[in-house]
Amino acid sequence: MNLKETFAFLEERPAKDCPAYNCPAGHLVNLMQALRDQHGYSMLVDMTAVDEGPGQTPRFIAVYHLFNLESFEYLRIASACEGDESAPEIPTVSHIWAGADWHERECYDMFGIRFKGHPDLRRILMWDEYPYYPLRKEFPLAGFDMDFQAADVAERTGVRIQPAPMAGGPFVSGDEGPMSEKEPRAKDQSWREQHKKPGGSGPA
Amino acid sequence: MTTATEQDVGYNSKIEGNVIFSSADAIINWVRSNSVWPMPMGLACCAIELMGVGASKFDIARFGMEVMRFSPRQSDCMIVAGTVTYKMAEAVRRIYDQMAEPKWVVAMGACASSGGMYRSYAVLQGVDRILPVDVYISGCPPRPEALIDGMLRLQEKIRTEKSMWQIKAGRPNPEKLPTGPR
Amino acid sequence: MPESREISIGDVESQAATLQSEKMTLNVGPSHPTTHGVLRLLVELEGDIMTKVTPVIGYLHRGDEKIAENMTYNQFVPYTDRLDYLGPLANNVAYAIAVEKLAGIEVPARCQAIRVICTELARISSHLLGLGVFGMDTGAWTPFMYCFTEREKLMDLFEELTGARFTNSYTRIGGVTRDIPEGWTGRVIEALNSMQRTLKEVDTLLTRNRIFYDRCVGVGIIAKEDAISYGLTGPNLRGSGIPLDLRKDKPYSGYENYDFDVPVGKTGDCYDRFLVRMEEVHQSIRIVMQAIEKLPDGPWYAEDAKKIFAPPKDKVLTSMEELIQNFMIVTQGPQIPAGEVYFEAENPKGALGFYVVSRGGGVPYRLKIRAPSFCNLSILPKILPGLMLTDVTTVLGSLDFVMGECDR
Repeated sequence: MNLKETFAFLEERPAKDCPAYNCPAGHLVNLMQALRDQHGYSMLVDMTAVDEGPGQTPRFIAVYHLFNLESFEYLRIASACEGDESAPEIPTVSHIWAGADWHERECYDMFGIRFKGHPDLRRILMWDEYPYYPLRKEFPLAGFDMDFQAADVAERTGVRIQPAPMAGGPFVSGDEGPMSEKEPRAKDQSWREQHKKPGGSGPA
Repeated sequence: MTTATEQDVGYNSKIEGNVIFSSADAIINWVRSNSVWPMPMGLACCAIELMGVGASKFDIARFGMEVMRFSPRQSDCMIVAGTVTYKMAEAVRRIYDQMAEPKWVVAMGACASSGGMYRSYAVLQGVDRILPVDVYISGCPPRPEALIDGMLRLQEKIRTEKSMWQIKAGRPNPEKLPTGPR
Repeated sequence: MPESREISIGDVESQAATLQSEKMTLNVGPSHPTTHGVLRLLVELEGDIMTKVTPVIGYLHRGDEKIAENMTYNQFVPYTDRLDYLGPLANNVAYAIAVEKLAGIEVPARCQAIRVICTELARISSHLLGLGVFGMDTGAWTPFMYCFTEREKLMDLFEELTGARFTNSYTRIGGVTRDIPEGWTGRVIEALNSMQRTLKEVDTLLTRNRIFYDRCVGVGIIAKEDAISYGLTGPNLRGSGIPLDLRKDKPYSGYENYDFDVPVGKTGDCYDRFLVRMEEVHQSIRIVMQAIEKLPDGPWYAEDAKKIFAPPKDKVLTSMEELIQNFMIVTQGPQIPAGEVYFEAENPKGALGFYVVSRGGGVPYRLKIRAPSFCNLSILPKILPGLMLTDVTTVLGSLDFVMGECDR
């Protein structure tokens, strides 16, 4: 069955594993409702997003994986987020599948995607005051230097949130730039003789 | 020193043969080291090996440490078993603060000791940044034997402490307090 | 201040409807014995009855998905161990199959069978711990010890196979790290036979135990519609009466060749979930026995996948071509073509899914882990209100979750 015949706004998306379509954000809620009620895709197994990188339009693509409990088929629906790069938006599907609630909160937490109509859009994995969206491509794996969230603990122990050391790690380098600069160890976040382990009581 | 008479102690003949002279430190440390009550701060994978140590095959009861207390008030050794994230670090520190002196900390596994393989924005790179750690145990996760070995090392460490001085001073050993970034 | 008047029991009964009580908010966790990990619950209580429950997760969020974007496909295998750390071998297998699907390679029959054995042994070890801990949550200590004794036997077998007790990292993209050792299958059969005796004892201790029965039956009922709507999978979904098992319905890794049943619950309460897990252990034993019996000979890795699987060491050290192949895979990672794939495997906790986006090369562009525990826990605000606070232990124990994969 080709969903494109029923929903003219769908656009085929190249995929090897299961049928996949691109859907404009405006049609997303109606499409999802119809897929669940009329096409047997009763389960939303996964919902996530992909960041295409800074400066790209569209930058954030929300990806939904549905599962059909009768034919045991997967279906992938991808939908580009609307709005500005700093505050992308997409309608929520949490009223269709209750499980989407947490998935969307995770996407908000990791990418900063606003789900319009979500009843309780808060951070879920990081703490509430965390200022960044870690899975965005411009966010470094090591993180940024910032204050520890509990001020009294920070005062007593002197702990700060610091970039994690990258030297010696199993990490590979990116594609662009000369080797001397693109390797994580070149960014000198390591603990060495010159740069001691912050606050540690053990040897540097 | 005068010999105990019948007027001093009711059962003179028995006590006479059982008097032991020792330093107070040695007695206190002996008692403390053989009744370590761990507080299992089970955070991740290491907690499973910690359970394994408590269970039938490895049986930490052989060393007087099977009394796992989930209340910090009732325990004196925190075993930090697993990855401490920044989000969790606050809770770990607050639980440590609730433990009564004297108290010790064992960093079980690579994550608790140094952040281990999780070099990322969310993970505290070693629990020693918020707690004074007494024993580090390597491994990801450490084998149960390694944990038992670490606990025995902790016993050895406890036996060398100046406990009487700490009690007299009415405060914990200043060496053990965290000092912040160095 | 008005004069306080003592209220007699009779008064309370007659005025029950008008008496005002205050709601209490209680914080449970993130460090708490009942929570099987660092889960935190904010519970609103009216007397002993919960009226609202807000789970707070993320205390074990280690940034696995971001880490995956920074390393080659094979380097990420150890991180999959630490998702569901009660059955790491199953995670390894699920991840390897997902990437292989993207690369379009098929592993030989022997490799598939080894992976099935691994997954099922992981399931057994995970369920053993789940059952034992569930017994402990409801007040029975002995089954935990019995289960752990059996689990240790499996740990020894894993160690012999992979070199590690439970963070195995056994699979590679396109195969496994090494073939099974000689005589290993015989020892597996031996361990499973002794396990069946122990399971019978655990069954006697728990299943018809009055205390256990009363604490589980009718507690934490998950309706079919809710289970689907919240995306529950695994034993928790089957406990609610939906016979979805990806091993049967969407077979992978040669599961279609084995004969096994899918146990299904009726009402969806804690007791049903317990029974489903109990039966699944028996079914897994059946599968392992069949897989060992039919274990095919032949290669145990995809030999034609030259740019994906590093050849065995003895060939690397003796042949130029294999040496170069090994060097390329180690330095640049397995070369996976551009594309995207979503693959779910039936893991001990439920369907573990990997959504891999590749732009070509040895590093994934995006890797999303669909964690069964994440979805299973999202139903807590729905099922806990109305129950007593003491039922939290029972319900959490019956959901059998792991925070490592929930928070990632």
